[in-house]
Amino acid sequence: MAERLDLDEVRARLEQARGREYWRGLEELAESEEFRELLHREFPPGAAEWLDPVSRRRFLQLMGASIALAGLSGCTRQPSEPIVPYVQQPEQIVPGKPLFFATAVTLRGYASGVLVESHEGRPTKIEGNPDHPASLGATDVYGQAWVLDLYDPDRAQALTRGGRIRPWASFRETVGASIESQRSNRGARLRILTETVTSPTLARQLREILAQMPEAKWVQYEPAGRDGVREGARLAFGEAVETHYRFDQARVVLSIDADFVAGMPGNLRYIRDWVSARRVDAEGKGEMNRLYAVESAPSPTGAVADHRIALKPSGVEAVARAVAAELGVGVRAGAGVAQHGPWIAAAAADLKKHAGASLVIAGEEQPAAVHALAHAMNHALGNVGKTVVHTEPVEAEPQNQLEGLKHLADEIDRGLVDVLLILGGNPVFTAPADLDLAKRLDKVALRTYWGAYQDETSALCHWHVPAAHPLETWSDARAHDGTVTILQPLIDPLYEGKSAHELLAALFGSEGEKTSHDLVRETYAQGKDKAELDRFWRRALHDGLVAGTALPAKSVTLRTDWTSLPAPSIADGGGGLEIAFRLDPTVFDGRWANNGWLQELPKPLTKLAWDNAAIVSPATAGRLGLESEMLVTLVLEGRSVEAPVWVQPGQAEDCVTVHLGYGRARAGRVGAGAGFDAYAIRSSTSPWAAAGLEVRKSRGRKPLVCTQLHHSMEGRHIVRAASLEEFRKEPEFARKLGEDPGREDTMYEPPVVYDGYAWGMAIDLSACVGCNACVIACQAENNIPVVGKDQVARQRAMHWIRLDRYYKGSIDAPETALQPVPCMHCENAPCEVVCPVGATNHSAEGLNDMIYNRCVGTRYCANNCPYKVRRFNFYLDSDWATESLKGVRNPNVTVRSRGVMEKCTYCVQRINAAKIEAEKQDRRVRDGEIRTACQQVCPADAIVFGDVNDAQSRVAKLRADPRNYGLLAELNTRPRTTYLAQVRNPNPDIAELEPARAEEREG
Amino acid sequence: MAETPEQVHPEAHRPPVIEPGHSFSSVTDQISSIVLTHRTPAGWWLGFALVFSIAMMLFYSVAYLVVVGVGIWGINAPVGWGFAIINFVWWIGIGHAGTLISAILLLLRQEWRTSINRFAEAMTLFAVAQAGIFPLIHLGRPWLGYWLFPYPNTMAVWPQFRSPLMWDVFAVATYATVSALFWFIGLIPDLATLRDRSENRAARIIYGMLAMGWRGSARHWHRYETAYLLLAGLATPLVLSVHTVVSFDFAISIVPGWHSTIFPPYFVAGAIYAGFAMVLLIAIPLRWAYGLEDFITMRHLQNMCKILLATGMIVFYGYLMEAFFGWYSGSIYEWYMTKNRAVGPYAPLYWALIFCNGVAPQVFWSARARSSIAVQFIVAIIVSIGMWLERFIIVVTSLHRDFLPSSWGMYTPTQWDWMTLIGTLGFFTTLLFLFIRVLPMISIFEMRTILPGAAVRAKEEPA
Repeated sequence: MAERLDLDEVRARLEQARGREYWRGLEELAESEEFRELLHREFPPGAAEWLDPVSRRRFLQLMGASIALAGLSGCTRQPSEPIVPYVQQPEQIVPGKPLFFATAVTLRGYASGVLVESHEGRPTKIEGNPDHPASLGATDVYGQAWVLDLYDPDRAQALTRGGRIRPWASFRETVGASIESQRSNRGARLRILTETVTSPTLARQLREILAQMPEAKWVQYEPAGRDGVREGARLAFGEAVETHYRFDQARVVLSIDADFVAGMPGNLRYIRDWVSARRVDAEGKGEMNRLYAVESAPSPTGAVADHRIALKPSGVEAVARAVAAELGVGVRAGAGVAQHGPWIAAAAADLKKHAGASLVIAGEEQPAAVHALAHAMNHALGNVGKTVVHTEPVEAEPQNQLEGLKHLADEIDRGLVDVLLILGGNPVFTAPADLDLAKRLDKVALRTYWGAYQDETSALCHWHVPAAHPLETWSDARAHDGTVTILQPLIDPLYEGKSAHELLAALFGSEGEKTSHDLVRETYAQGKDKAELDRFWRRALHDGLVAGTALPAKSVTLRTDWTSLPAPSIADGGGGLEIAFRLDPTVFDGRWANNGWLQELPKPLTKLAWDNAAIVSPATAGRLGLESEMLVTLVLEGRSVEAPVWVQPGQAEDCVTVHLGYGRARAGRVGAGAGFDAYAIRSSTSPWAAAGLEVRKSRGRKPLVCTQLHHSMEGRHIVRAASLEEFRKEPEFARKLGEDPGREDTMYEPPVVYDGYAWGMAIDLSACVGCNACVIACQAENNIPVVGKDQVARQRAMHWIRLDRYYKGSIDAPETALQPVPCMHCENAPCEVVCPVGATNHSAEGLNDMIYNRCVGTRYCANNCPYKVRRFNFYLDSDWATESLKGVRNPNVTVRSRGVMEKCTYCVQRINAAKIEAEKQDRRVRDGEIRTACQQVCPADAIVFGDVNDAQSRVAKLRADPRNYGLLAELNTRPRTTYLAQVRNPNPDIAELEPARAEEREG
Repeated sequence: MAETPEQVHPEAHRPPVIEPGHSFSSVTDQISSIVLTHRTPAGWWLGFALVFSIAMMLFYSVAYLVVVGVGIWGINAPVGWGFAIINFVWWIGIGHAGTLISAILLLLRQEWRTSINRFAEAMTLFAVAQAGIFPLIHLGRPWLGYWLFPYPNTMAVWPQFRSPLMWDVFAVATYATVSALFWFIGLIPDLATLRDRSENRAARIIYGMLAMGWRGSARHWHRYETAYLLLAGLATPLVLSVHTVVSFDFAISIVPGWHSTIFPPYFVAGAIYAGFAMVLLIAIPLRWAYGLEDFITMRHLQNMCKILLATGMIVFYGYLMEAFFGWYSGSIYEWYMTKNRAVGPYAPLYWALIFCNGVAPQVFWSARARSSIAVQFIVAIIVSIGMWLERFIIVVTSLHRDFLPSSWGMYTPTQWDWMTLIGTLGFFTTLLFLFIRVLPMISIFEMRTILPGAAVRAKEEPA
């Protein structure tokens, strides 16, 4: 579809772009500077310099070089592509200069503000919006991957009926007529099924429809539903209440299977806040928060917790009850967690000690009772208003989604539904298995599906309206605190995509079709005159949020009677295997099954890619006679699915965790055949956890791919860690664990002096939460190819930054260490000396540069790299063929060809862009002006990049921190990327982690 | 040529270097008739068909490699080098025996070398040819392999001379050139013999051109001897330098298991070891197939067994020292590497290597074993496998677990790896078959010099 990006298109689009507001920032300011310079300077830059004899020689050199290069280009095959300049330069578009537009990405309906980079009308990269409360400049892995979906060649491209392409008018006429016919019975036989809606515009439209047809029903369903959260709030307060947290105010946090790093709205904000309350300075001053985690499956939150216990779901609930009882909530302590008594007592005591500055947070997957208890505990601790904020619901219509869907399925079964409009979500795939939606849908006379892909649901619907990608259309959404963002398009729909707003307006609107733009604008038009609305609109689009829409804190009354709390959802906490369903950390509920970046992203702790698995603990695997990759049949409530086993240290005993979202029947070319469908055994009675799981061994094995095969540090001081106490006693502990030869320790002539910029990076291991965002941000920024499961299995994944994970201590309750590893840009780089053609060289600023077109591919550099950060294009790994994928590429980064080595460049394209700007303004690059892709995306602010020669730069200060150490510095590689050792803050009253620590000290 | 008494009067307990009863003409007849026969033996055709079809496998897999990429091999992120480099070092090692026999033994006046040096040199050339394939095809972009040469170019870019791969290019190219020259010069008098004895006009022309006008005059012989001796002097340091430089590919790096000062001598000894095993492997079937037992006698085979024993022990000493220094270095990485070789996932291969190279040749302490063709042949095979395993152990076990355990991995060769390796064996034997058919596999004129008659004549007619 490259033709779609031609000039006419761009021009036409720009003409239409009324009211669109561009992101204005430093870049733009700088741009106008450049413009002025161009206009006012009599000679173009550099002209005066020809008078200088040295420069004249330089000129001749350049001429010679360009002639040589011209000759050279004749030797290689160049694609024939017409390059046409703008005849009329569109305002604000300077070829080669990206523009940034503020919009938002949504997940489970909740928005996270982003700035989308656009190159000549092509969105290429998503960054967080620093002004947005749910982003603060960061994104998670999904936020990064959104842009790839836009260009997915497998997206539904045309409106179809029964698989045959139909015109929009025909659709409007037919479906519109059916809906009209429903008006007579006030919509009694009309149902609309959506995902969670926070969009004020969509909610307004739906409410208008319901007003016209009061008997019609609007059902929301999301497999990643927050029913536990909603019902928990109802249980605790008797009304729907949204809760969000202020981790920065919390000194002690207890997570009850709450993966706030990845698994809930507002996670980016929570990470930033949690880390900010965790930083200690060089002297060990500053109070460090403490995190207790109880969880079933290993999660990033558990990995960074100071104390963690792994329990099967019934045990998690029992711990919640036990802690609540300790904190004085009138509830009976759960059974079966007696052996964790001291732990629970210590944690409760710690929480009590920090009353008002503590926080109990329950996971989204926890049942309502646990959420209610968490509320009770926070109230008992006096945390409300301090670390816990209650507001009105962010969702437009908080519903018990599971009940709603059950009811809908029941109505369909009873033949009460004639017209069903499904707005996204792929419910046929994601609905609980016992509802058997696929079969029941047959009873609906007219089924219309609006979705981005030809998926399981579209296959069972009469009409399929392709959904416009959120980067192609207007919409709005709210963040976890209620802040509204208006989503703006960056590109015209690549295919015939429609927004949900347009669809509803076309089908139900009395005044005919309207554009999404007008529909969204209407929502905010109330009480504003045109000029006011224009101002509002511009401001909202520019900022990426509507100021003042965050929901105010709301006072709530907590129930007093806790004895009538529902019994634990899994009654028998004693014996038997339990199963925990979790959203997949990469493909989520299945919606990203066709996203290559996410499929290939190693999952945070298992390091599996391209598959899900039945995750069991080593002890349980031993007891059941299982080993990794062995196929088993999981039988639950009479339903079964075949799954490969993965033995995972840190998994709870007697608990099998399965991740949803895999096993898609109709996913597209990327997702086809990946994993097994865990929805097949997930019922509406136990959506997140169930007892009575049976594991039967099947014949055969299924190979899984794991990017890290070895779990132990082998006594090497790779990730250096200490407790806060140890750190205060000996701030230099990290340096003492390894030798770092001095710069003067050399036989050779004085070492190279870096007197200009000297780029360096510091990674704070205390801050890193292992969320994986850096990995995928790097992939998006640097055009890193996706190589596929087969190649990952052969250890040829291409990620330039990887997240290493090591275990310490016992295999059953290990302590986890995480370490992001990009290129170290060694000053004495072992890779450089061994390249026979000089394809990798050191820059004057200390970058270890890679010259792709000089590389002949001996791979010697990769062999000699002690950090193994070099990646080789064993095949033509970059997709040079698929037209649509060309759009997502960063034009400032070479798309690599077959047979060349590549690796982290410190985002040299960003460095050079900033240097050019700085040189134009005749100044040095300011600290913080260059942010590498991994740094920019990091919600924990764990990665800092800058000029180590500038003593005032953040990176230089971090390098001076006593915790700073170089990985494998004893090899005298003099790495420019250094690490700040991890400091944990364990509770001295809990001795359980001591053995692990003692071992580490000895090792 | 000076002679020792024992060549003229072979002692009873040592087999002679040439069986008694041969005259100048019988030597010439027997050796040249193999080439000049009208009828190519059916066995030759059969063997050639077999090995050439194996060679075709090499051509096919290389063609596929060039089309698709080195991804068809088993190499991956921690193990960037696999069969290609293993095979390269193995073949280069094999390619050491010929020049060693020709040059060093010539200078050391080991006359027994005469009957084996010609085909040993040919073997060297063919082995180096096999070895030469790999550095090129193992490149990600083989069509740019010429960038490793310092040729003048418009980009004004030179190779990077600090890289041992660069040194390799020079070392191997020099070795190949000198070996080829040495071999060709040694062939000239025999080419003239073939020219003179050939009945086929085309053969006469071709041999005549290759003989470069050799007439056997005293002046020719004088210049010939001088040139040959000079080339021998030139080739001698090369025998030592090539594998030293090849070992630098590893020793210069920082990979535990590669970064080792013992590599140069240990590689050279290993090369000679592997080379002599290969000479044995070729000599034994050849003398059987062409009835050359008179020329390639038990004496030759036994001497080669002794060399195998000696070099094998040097190599074994190398293994011991590697292990010792793994511990003595005090480096956790080196020590882990040493332990990993012995007990890690590739431990069976390591112990197989110790058996093949350290234990198996020890049978040659026994005179009975040394005089058994079967034992010689089996041990030669074991040693060849062992030397291949040695390179596998060095290349793979060092890389697969180096510094950061997060990046550790495993290496498993693919069918393409095996096809390439076996294909080079086929190509190598194909070239040998052609060589046997068109050139005298034993130096005719040199064989004549070790006849008893040559010695007498030399005394009667001082030059």
